[in-house]
Amino acid sequence: MNCKIGFYIVKEYLSWWSEVQMGPPDPILGVTEAFKRDTNPKKINLGVGAYRDDQGKPYVLNCVRKAEAQIATKKLDKEYLTIGGLAEFNKACAQLALGPDNEVLKSGRSITVQTISGTGSLRVGANFLSRFHTVAKDVYLPKPSWGNHTPIFRDAGMQLKAYSYYDPKTCGFDFKGALDDILKIPEKSVIMLHACAHNPTGVDPRPEQWKEISALVKKRNLLVFFDMAYQGFASGDIDRDAWAVRYFIEQGHNVVLSQSFAKNMGLYGERVGGFTVVCKDAEEAKRVESQLKILIRPIYSNPPMNGARIASTILNTPELYKEWLVEVKDMATRIIRMREELVGNLKKEGSTLNWQHVTDQIGMFCFTGLKPDQVERLTKEFSVYMTKDGRISMAGVTSGNVGYLAHGIHTVTK
Amino acid sequence: VAPPSGKTEVPQAAPVAVFKLTADFRDDKDPNKVNLGVGAYRTDEGQPWVLPVVRKVEKIIADDHSLNHEYLPILGLPEFRSSSSKIALGEDSPAILENRVGAVQCLGGTGALKIGAEFLHRWHNGQDNTKTPVYVSAPTWENHNAVFANAGFEDVRPYKYWDAEKRGLDLSGFLSDLESAPEHSIFVLHACAHNPTGTDPSQDEWKQVAEVMKRRNLFVFFDSAYQGFASGCLDKDAWAVRYFVSQGFEIFCAQSFSKNFGLYNERVGNLTIVAKDNENLTRVLSQMEKIVRITWSNPPSQGARLVSITLNDPELFAEWKDNVKTMADRVLLMRAQLKAKLQALGTPGTWEHITEQIGMFSFTGLNPQQVQYMVKQKHIYLMASGRINMCGLTTKNIDYVAESIHEAVTTVQ
Repeated sequence: MNCKIGFYIVKEYLSWWSEVQMGPPDPILGVTEAFKRDTNPKKINLGVGAYRDDQGKPYVLNCVRKAEAQIATKKLDKEYLTIGGLAEFNKACAQLALGPDNEVLKSGRSITVQTISGTGSLRVGANFLSRFHTVAKDVYLPKPSWGNHTPIFRDAGMQLKAYSYYDPKTCGFDFKGALDDILKIPEKSVIMLHACAHNPTGVDPRPEQWKEISALVKKRNLLVFFDMAYQGFASGDIDRDAWAVRYFIEQGHNVVLSQSFAKNMGLYGERVGGFTVVCKDAEEAKRVESQLKILIRPIYSNPPMNGARIASTILNTPELYKEWLVEVKDMATRIIRMREELVGNLKKEGSTLNWQHVTDQIGMFCFTGLKPDQVERLTKEFSVYMTKDGRISMAGVTSGNVGYLAHGIHTVTK
Repeated sequence: VAPPSGKTEVPQAAPVAVFKLTADFRDDKDPNKVNLGVGAYRTDEGQPWVLPVVRKVEKIIADDHSLNHEYLPILGLPEFRSSSSKIALGEDSPAILENRVGAVQCLGGTGALKIGAEFLHRWHNGQDNTKTPVYVSAPTWENHNAVFANAGFEDVRPYKYWDAEKRGLDLSGFLSDLESAPEHSIFVLHACAHNPTGTDPSQDEWKQVAEVMKRRNLFVFFDSAYQGFASGCLDKDAWAVRYFVSQGFEIFCAQSFSKNFGLYNERVGNLTIVAKDNENLTRVLSQMEKIVRITWSNPPSQGARLVSITLNDPELFAEWKDNVKTMADRVLLMRAQLKAKLQALGTPGTWEHITEQIGMFSFTGLNPQQVQYMVKQKHIYLMASGRINMCGLTTKNIDYVAESIHEAVTTVQ
């Protein structure tokens, strides 16, 4: 008995995890946490990457509610999906991105698997490239890019590099810088392109610029990885937002593509996404599909049904699809209107700075150009919460708070 | 001309066996076909069964217009995580009262194993556990190996478990592998209803396992996919997990609600973490968040809501336990009937293991050739290992299955 007691006393002090370091708070979540703690009634959360209506509330799309009601009447079972997910969803997901008449879809030379929203898609894609795109280990991200891109690719075993993208002097696209950098990228490397509504800058290339990028990327023989998390949400038009993806494929790039339905269908927490690989023919697509399944099985076996079923119902039911297009346009329109109101209010405040980038930029986010110390003041003095890089989520701006926001921004920048 | 896709080196991968089995079954036109493959519950009509309590709670969710589809926190729905851990550990668990239990909502049991494995690879014994041995039972669920291998563990090894000759637990082999395992090795233990053998250690045998594991400083990673489903009683099925916790172990427990809630396709799982104290737990959870963020960012909401609402409402909770007992009881009935029929047929061999084994699966002892006979000649689909899913048996097909087993055993070597 004595030696047992002694043993337990020793064990008392030892945890398996005494050497585990405290992880830093997530840079974006930390913003929301701080926002929650703030008692100022005028506080605004502009960190959130989720759409809000003009009352600042989360918005469940009508077409989503209708789809849910429709699904409920069917009394479906809960049997496992296949590893690749819901087939009707996958087909519609690819069609949405590529256009229903796309030659790629007709020839069957692509494979789309359902994924855990955009993150899950990027992760599967990164794992796939790491394992099979062995000719090159480098992924080139635009500078800056979504913060989570880097750790995802790194954890998958790829090396991260960057190409110029954002010009802080103009708060716009550094086209020349991008081309110069892309020209130097070693052949066969992977290049990440944001299909539309670049995150975090909101700066997208114009069509003629996309054309030049495509030609250069082809010349450099690079593998294109498109991240499309905002289709429909950027301009309000799903075809327009997918233009770059479709153009590249038309030009012969066999791209890989991540899609998310978090924002454009408001299905954030349901985790709806797709990963597509455009192959040289249907036979290659079959081989790729088999390997994607091998990658997915040891992560989560098969994907969740609920969100994919909702998305599939919307995409595959003509009246719901039409309704969805209208709702997406409305969301995008509200964002565009808030951009205009913000600029208008800044002018009213007497700001003499150039705020054109606020309306030039597109999508959910705006790279204001605010410096870290200005951001800090905005938070401390006005309870306006945003990420340190000066990015604001326009979705958090409402007609009720845009005046106050403009006042705050003007105060810290004048 | 398209630039080279760079994917000409992608070879065709073999399909995952259990899903291929179901696909083959689906394509089979024989009217007598029986699917004893993939582990999902079936009613006596051979149909999937959505639990009545699940339908009820779905309606509650649908009627609650205050709910939306916003992101869950990275670690998942808080009410789900805490109530799920209570299910595993018991709501009066001292570890919970001492505030040293945490959890990560994950995508099914697979997802929970994955996140746990990724964490262990980074933090278990130093910061690089590539060479740390991970032990899985021989045999085990076929995906265990891949989950740990893909998390970066190069040394995934078997520990002796199933004694094919006596059709039971190879306790001495199990204990001897525990004794000889390098310190800090990770052991994946099936909490109950071992998959695929259906053979669980007795309480006394678990105590012996625990004693060696503590002495040899081995890490306990429970896989709990069948709680409630095995015996029909949640607490009974959690005995092993709770015993280890009571002995002071820090553990991981990967919980799945796929089977016991019938929520297969909503991917509802929970990684329960029992730490020495809250301070260690906090650091562990912070690192879990980082891993989740680069895997799926945050988990799906529907299934977690369903489970959480059920577990946190006394009436719904009681109804759920009742639904679980319904499933477990049907399985027990099929076990009893299959054994009785084989004995009545005079099928060579002993068939006690059919009723001694527990849970969804039974390791029949049929060899690969006999399995082939069953599949090809009798259109009865089971795994090459001889594993059958008892849920695939019904009062209508049990005679056919028993007779077919009899034929296989007597005519095929």
